Amino acid sequence: MKELQDLAAKLLAEKTVGLVIGWEQGPRGARPAFVADPKDAGRLIFDNRCVHNLAAYLSPRRPHLRGFGRIAVAVKGCDVRAVAGLVRESQLKREDVVLLGVRCGGVHDEPTDAGPLTAENLADRCVGCEVREPPRCDHVLGELPPAPPSRDGRRAGRIAELDALDHAARFAFWRQELSRCVRCNACRQVCPLCTCERCLADKTDPPWIESSPHTRANFAWHATRALHLAGRCVDCGECERACPAGIPLNLIGRKVAAVVERRFGYRTTDDPQVPAPIGAWKPDDGQEFIR
Amino acid sequence: MSEATTSTETTAGTFEPRIQAFVCNWCTYTGADLAGTSRIPMAPNVRIIRLPCTGRIDTLFILKAFERGADGVIVSGCHPNDCHYAAGNFHARRRFAVFRELIDFLGLDPDRITFSWVSASEGKKWSEIVNDTTERIRRMGPFSAYRGLAGRTP
Repeated sequence: MKELQDLAAKLLAEKTVGLVIGWEQGPRGARPAFVADPKDAGRLIFDNRCVHNLAAYLSPRRPHLRGFGRIAVAVKGCDVRAVAGLVRESQLKREDVVLLGVRCGGVHDEPTDAGPLTAENLADRCVGCEVREPPRCDHVLGELPPAPPSRDGRRAGRIAELDALDHAARFAFWRQELSRCVRCNACRQVCPLCTCERCLADKTDPPWIESSPHTRANFAWHATRALHLAGRCVDCGECERACPAGIPLNLIGRKVAAVVERRFGYRTTDDPQVPAPIGAWKPDDGQEFIR
Repeated sequence: MSEATTSTETTAGTFEPRIQAFVCNWCTYTGADLAGTSRIPMAPNVRIIRLPCTGRIDTLFILKAFERGADGVIVSGCHPNDCHYAAGNFHARRRFAVFRELIDFLGLDPDRITFSWVSASEGKKWSEIVNDTTERIRRMGPFSAYRGLAGRTP
């Protein structure tokens, strides 16, 4: 932690960067921190409550942060995939950002959780994670932590359960879940890969996605969001964490990721050179569903 | 956009499916035209929207059709390697593949949608797709489950 603070202070003092984005202690657990003055670098922390994917602040939707010049951002191993996504889609120049990689041994479900990681409170995306050392970073900080506790992935099990149901039962499940959506757009705002300056859902002439938060509009919104993130979602789980209605959005994201992997052999990667699967094609892509 | 009538049940209590087709200008539209000029008998339930290419068909069009009263949807374009724009149908194929499995996961039966490749010379195939889809949707019944989600008590 001292290492992170010292490096942040040094980068700011020598004006390599104009802003450091990291985590700090807030009134309710860890929260994102923005440090522009080297004197404030002591606020920065990193521990297993730092669940936030700070790559979201690099999105071109946040031009006010670009005013600081180069930005240094603290990233866990998994967060690097989101940065790679932005670079892959030419939404970010790699040289405009300094990546402060922190070695990570898994995080909690919620940033309010203190205490040691157990199989119970471990975030689902950390299950089976093998990335201790964040790749492709400018600096790698912290001690090498042990691997996260092992258990079965809860979402994988839930998806298998849903897949086993018939259409009517699955429809009833999602109707129930999506009826609670109030279209606050927190899932969109927190997503590091939702980069459109003007979202399709905000277009009103014609209103492609109905703007009232009724269940039918919510189906269209969440289906469209999932499709626009197909092959781009990095499974940071921020949409589900940010959702005030507790809708299991990760289930949709994971399902689509599994489809993309099975059909196109693509897994989310930290390599920005690998082309995204939607937007690319092969002549022999499966078409068993087409007459 | 004008609001379509939302009920597809006729006064006699029978069900006449309303099917929306999204077709590409270069192959399927021409094929459908051929079916018409060849006087091939077809179910009158399909309304066609012509687009430049299957690559132009946003999957949101399909959801929009269901919202606006369609009970079934046909999406059709040029066979692979025949695309007027070289690769539009290849791009579309990947999107449709993911879309189909996504709505399946959300509990919407993907059998509501027919995806097909129909070339300009396949008027016969187009008529079969129209008739088969109409019959299938007739058996499945109206898609009021999705349409009705906008009500207060779904």
